[in-house]
Amino acid sequence: MKDRFDIDRTGHDYVVALAGNPNTGKSTLFNGFTGLRQHTGNWPGKTVTRAEGTLRYEDKRYKLVDLPGAYSLIADGQDEQVARDFVLFGKPDCVVIVLDATNVERNLALALQILEVTGRVVIALNLIDEAQRRGITVDAEKISQELKVPVVPTVARDKKGLIELAAAIADVCSGKAVAPSRRRELDPELESAVTELERLVEAVVPGVPNARWIALRLLDGDPSIEEGLASGEFATPATPTREGSGKPSEVAS
Amino acid sequence: MTLDLLRIGEKAKVVTVNCHGFLRTRLADLGLLPGTPIQAVTRSPMGDPTAYEVRGSVIAIRREDAQLIEVERER
Repeated sequence: MKDRFDIDRTGHDYVVALAGNPNTGKSTLFNGFTGLRQHTGNWPGKTVTRAEGTLRYEDKRYKLVDLPGAYSLIADGQDEQVARDFVLFGKPDCVVIVLDATNVERNLALALQILEVTGRVVIALNLIDEAQRRGITVDAEKISQELKVPVVPTVARDKKGLIELAAAIADVCSGKAVAPSRRRELDPELESAVTELERLVEAVVPGVPNARWIALRLLDGDPSIEEGLASGEFATPATPTREGSGKPSEVAS
Repeated sequence: MTLDLLRIGEKAKVVTVNCHGFLRTRLADLGLLPGTPIQAVTRSPMGDPTAYEVRGSVIAIRREDAQLIEVERER
């Protein structure tokens, strides 16, 4: 059965999204994990390409979805909207946030935004070798303590750290290592407005994940969120598509 | 001085970002914050916008927006 993101969970135990800024080595990581077991196509109704593949680890099969590179969940453009919608409404069992270890400060902006909506997160500290070469030391353990999620140093190009990363993904998917999402403290006036709006969002789109996030974006006047609500795009549960119809063109590579 | 006065090839450091709303958030998410090094890379044939390199990414900023970003030129 497929959901509205056209993700077919058949034969898989869990769905794992790969998110991160552009040029963090996200797709290299994806390729390292999935090898030839991957499909490419388009996101439904979008000109944005997507890749998904299978990671086998121990006795489980993980469906890996490589999201378009994004700087922010406050999306600018189709690519970022796809990444945003999947993280917020695609109900992934785990989100792997790929950070560029040479550019941690900027990369953490997206990481914090994602951690505000889900605690099912693993951070891959990629390009750690490049950082070392440039004399940049990144304290993975400290980041892990601060953010309360596993942080795994990786060199995707050399397939270093992938086994450790897979183990961390497994722990999050199985529920062994799930952090509480970081709820942003708001001042009381804003808080009551958000709470009120959150209830209205839930009334309009019953069962929608992250109604609070939607409410905050609405208050900020984000037109893409108004549109998503009006068009029913955020509606869940999934609308299953019949086999063979509305299928994205899948090319085995 | 403000960012729009930076000549192509020149480097500077961001001092304050006086933009508001979506643009301010966007620039912060791109890592354009006080203290961030920035370099003017190229200007559109029409003279506006200008492309700047910030933390390894090249972003285009309109003159009217660049005027709201206070920078300190590096010599």
